[in-house]
Amino acid sequence: MAEPLLEARGIVKNFGRVHALRGANFTVNSGEVVALVGDNGAGKSTLVKTLAGVLAPDAGEILFEGRPVAIHTPLEARALGIETVYQDLALAADLDPAANLFMGREVLRGGVLGKLGFLDKREMHRRADEAFKTLGIGLQDSSAPVANMSGGQRQGVAVSRAVTWASKVVFMDEPTAALGVVQTRHVLDLIRRVREQGLSVVLISHNMPEVFEVADRIEVLRLGERVAQFKTSDTTMEAVVGAMTGAIAQEAA
Amino acid sequence: MSETSTAPQQEPAILEEEPRERVPWWQRFVTGSSTWIGLILVGLIVVFSALEYTSFVSSSNARNIATDAAVLLVLAVGMTYVIITAGIDLSVGAVLVFSGVVAAKLMNSVGGNNWGTILIGLVASLAAGLAWGTLNGFLVAKAKIPALIVTLGTLGMALGAALLITGGVDEREVPTKLIDTIGTGRVFNQVPYLVIIAFSVAIVFGIVLAMTRFGRNTYAIGSNEEAARRAGIAVDRHLIKVYALSGVLAGLAGFMNVARFATTTIGGHNTDNLQAIAAVVIGGTSLFGGIGTVLGSVFGVFIPAVLQNGFVIIGVQPFWQQVAVGAVLIGAVYLDQLRRRSVQNR
Repeated sequence: MAEPLLEARGIVKNFGRVHALRGANFTVNSGEVVALVGDNGAGKSTLVKTLAGVLAPDAGEILFEGRPVAIHTPLEARALGIETVYQDLALAADLDPAANLFMGREVLRGGVLGKLGFLDKREMHRRADEAFKTLGIGLQDSSAPVANMSGGQRQGVAVSRAVTWASKVVFMDEPTAALGVVQTRHVLDLIRRVREQGLSVVLISHNMPEVFEVADRIEVLRLGERVAQFKTSDTTMEAVVGAMTGAIAQEAA
Repeated sequence: MSETSTAPQQEPAILEEEPRERVPWWQRFVTGSSTWIGLILVGLIVVFSALEYTSFVSSSNARNIATDAAVLLVLAVGMTYVIITAGIDLSVGAVLVFSGVVAAKLMNSVGGNNWGTILIGLVASLAAGLAWGTLNGFLVAKAKIPALIVTLGTLGMALGAALLITGGVDEREVPTKLIDTIGTGRVFNQVPYLVIIAFSVAIVFGIVLAMTRFGRNTYAIGSNEEAARRAGIAVDRHLIKVYALSGVLAGLAGFMNVARFATTTIGGHNTDNLQAIAAVVIGGTSLFGGIGTVLGSVFGVFIPAVLQNGFVIIGVQPFWQQVAVGAVLIGAVYLDQLRRRSVQNR
């Protein structure tokens, strides 16, 4: 088997006396959709935040393309080509979608004005509209604040931002939790399209049918540890749920 | 951007209502919050003009209003930035006094009645303002102390320091050249220098806020600080710069104040901070951060100024101005709340 793109080994993270991660392992291969599943409190979001540079792990090792790396800040994760769609979406609600897409990465004008920090708003709007169109995010007004948009549209903006800037991996933390049936379908289509572009997607989800629909592999987290890994094609929902609840243990703790 | 453009073109998927269309500029203009406050200002001017045309509508009266508003406008520009980051700066009036005291003392000890002395005074007041502002920013951003407490603390410290330096007695000696030019002089014998300085500050920092990365980051931090941090914006450093800007502008305002009154007016600025905050909020800037414009703050400065002046001219007791401004302030915040609630209910 080829070398994993991203590998976490023995990640430990404590919040005071709460042991969120107790030596968790996690693997992402190149160009796959891997689902990270687990019951509430299993440590899924904590693990993702650790890999995205938002939280610093207390112990453990992260390998990226085989090399040990330190991901202390979101910027370092970004430099590796890792982008995250957070559960809270991390959008600035008072700004428009283009401003959110380019937050922290604004395009400046050319020449002296650019040196003075003047924004090229037209170029950013053009590129943002293009990204939304490519990913099939329909916005009525890309110059209205994100606050005026529906949950699905906000989700679309957050996903577009991550996909636009990621070159290797996109983490999606419960991307469909707040969405209706039709919008959920579109996000799943979007995940497939992202994979077609050669990116890996890590999907954190509670929703088993959804996971079985898009994921190539499934990794199960339970009480802060990885307890099982499955290939979606040769497993069943019962087996995965069994691993989540502790009825079946596949990997030694 | 990665290779998004090579992906297969598909029909817009998350399409909910009618196809996308940019809102035309006039519609955005009509619904913009600073437009309404601008109309209220125009309405006030129309009413006072109708009631007392000859004395209200004259270049000398316009000059009076603008001169009275100039120092407050400079404070309000800095305050606009601070409030957009969801912060507050209560120390501006005290920093104004402190900077004026430092400038006056220094100009007198250097002596002379020439531009060199004046320049030393200007630099000193800007530096004093910068120092207080940077201290505010550092305590807010790095020590994570609430801005309300930090700037309440530095308010007391700056005012106390100004009293210590002067022994509580106003410094009444100021180079006459400064008073004759910046203080009371006019360009083409029409527009006071103070007004030109204040509007230059408003225009420059209005443009910076609306059109540059610095301004964009200010909005992003005020709108969602955590998101800004995750997007790689150096939030702490930016907050320090914003408070430093507010301090520098308070220093400039202090220098303008000394030039205008030829004395340090230590006791006369106890409510400057509240006036500046009121002007900014009346101008449509949200106390919750993320929303606001310098243009709105300009309107917000001139509404109280026009009210004050108009009441005097039409013979209403000027004390009513305070009552009216208070009502406008509450109304402005109520509108902001309504707008936010209507958005959150979606």
